Amino acid sequence: MSRSMPRSMTRRHAPGFWPLALVFALFVAFLYGPMLTIVVLSFQGPEGGLTFPLRGVSLHWFAQLAQGLGTVDIGAAFMRSLGLGAMVMVLTVLLSVLAGLAFRKRLRGGQVLFFVTVASLIMPSIVVSLGIGLQFRLLDDGLKALLAWCGADALLEGYGSSLGLMSSALGAHLTWTLPFGLLIMFAVFNRFNPAYEEAARDLGATPWQTFRHVVLPLIGPSVVGVGMFGFTLSWDEIARTSQAIGDVNTLPLELQGLTATVTTPAIYALGTVTTVVSFAVMGLAVAAAAWMKRRRRKELR
Amino acid sequence: MSTVVAPSQAPAGAVARGLPAWWQAAPFSAVFALFFVLPLLLVLMVSFWHFNEYELIPGFTLHNYAAIFEGCSQRTDQGDLCVTLSTYLSTLKFCVLVWGITLLLGFAVAYFLAFHVPSAGVQTGLFVLCTVPFWTSNVIRMISWVPLLGRNGLVNQTLQGLGLTQAPLDWLLYSDFSVVLAFVHLYTLFMIVPIFNSMMRIDRSLLEAASDAGASAWQTLWHVIVPLSRTGVLIGSIFVITIVMGDFVTIGVMGGQQIASVGKIIQVQTSYLQFPLAAANAVILLAVVLMIIWGLTRLVDIRREL
Repeated sequence: MSRSMPRSMTRRHAPGFWPLALVFALFVAFLYGPMLTIVVLSFQGPEGGLTFPLRGVSLHWFAQLAQGLGTVDIGAAFMRSLGLGAMVMVLTVLLSVLAGLAFRKRLRGGQVLFFVTVASLIMPSIVVSLGIGLQFRLLDDGLKALLAWCGADALLEGYGSSLGLMSSALGAHLTWTLPFGLLIMFAVFNRFNPAYEEAARDLGATPWQTFRHVVLPLIGPSVVGVGMFGFTLSWDEIARTSQAIGDVNTLPLELQGLTATVTTPAIYALGTVTTVVSFAVMGLAVAAAAWMKRRRRKELR
Repeated sequence: MSTVVAPSQAPAGAVARGLPAWWQAAPFSAVFALFFVLPLLLVLMVSFWHFNEYELIPGFTLHNYAAIFEGCSQRTDQGDLCVTLSTYLSTLKFCVLVWGITLLLGFAVAYFLAFHVPSAGVQTGLFVLCTVPFWTSNVIRMISWVPLLGRNGLVNQTLQGLGLTQAPLDWLLYSDFSVVLAFVHLYTLFMIVPIFNSMMRIDRSLLEAASDAGASAWQTLWHVIVPLSRTGVLIGSIFVITIVMGDFVTIGVMGGQQIASVGKIIQVQTSYLQFPLAAANAVILLAVVLMIIWGLTRLVDIRREL
């Protein structure tokens, strides 16, 4: 240990280190232990049940899953959630970056917008969900009345509901993902040095060129992080979607319903599959961010 | 999820060119206007409407609110509280329990990460380790307790194997216990992140000063670190309390759909298309949550701390 280090660092560990380390280790075991058990149990043999012991190792329950559980088409729900997650991811990135840029300028009503965003983050999800569900039902009633008034009976016959995956559910998800996106952009821009932009502007770059060639490469890894938040939060969202979706369900909603009815390890297999998707997206995000950083370093050299 | 504030107005002229700020913020604002502010206003409005089995009837009545508190002025013949009050009490009980446990646990974990892990790399690694489960499914994390806590689960097998209990314990799963356990499992992170963030902003020389002035580690913790972490504690508390107050998924799944909660009432009424009743319940829930948050912010002036 060098002499210049603060005194507390020269002791090997401050008092209380070991008990706290134990608490931390137990906490991590508590976080990951149960998840690990269902991953293991999803490979349960065909004879096995919901609990240990393992009766052989097989992919039986994954095969069951692929055929669908009861009346639920898991494959279709999977694709719906994937599509919605992708859409939410793209919109979260676009809107958060734009809003983040706007907040750096003189933004009239910025405080109000910020307040509403934070309110959305801490608002009980059931209230938001109820509100959106209600809104779209009132919209339905209004449209039907309008169609009847116009005498457009053919249209009226065919009209179902405006509630749906890419309307009400998409909106519900965005009220949950955008606050995270904006807070990340604030954290990024708080540490952002405007000298780079000024230099670009002094060299005659247009605002778009400045953004595309200077700002974006610098904030790129964080933007990838915003995208990852957008997808994973949407992929697992239940509470806000629950009342704000029409006839079809997303994968987590189906999963929630299945917890009450399915009593085979097939439900663990479903858990393993959705967790693998979450981890794959996290892995992709980390890899993309690392790749961007490396490329930037190369360009600088 | 950190204690960032809206950056105060940027230096004039620094980024004044390009698209006008409002155009850039417009799509973002539109989403919140359409899918957050308007729906909440509609909830408030419809909570005063009439309804029958087929349709909602615009109007102004306090009947929905009266229906919720019907019979609450006195105890029932069995000496119980009315449904609404007992549901709120039960939800508040979960709230207090979960808040206390996540606060203690979250503070301990954040304190360990912030002050006892010397290398920044290890610190980041351990922090990420704590946050990864946040990006996985909550329902999966709930049902992952089944093989451990069920009648034939690992815990009961072990207890019986050791001869500590004769019959399997039934209160481990689909009970108040499992609900609280799942809440702690899912939401301690919401305490860790803001508290850790607050702790990382504490000037380390203050700790040196405290120790030079003869404070014990315990005194430093209580008189220096705890007061300086209170913004994080407040933000974490608001997260945990609002989540538990409005919850219906965790209490539903981990309570075996047998335990009542305010969120559950709203969900059931919505599924029966009793929107005005559900809306009135939502307004009351919101009022209760806002009062709790208001009470918390009396304890800590959040704007001065940021």
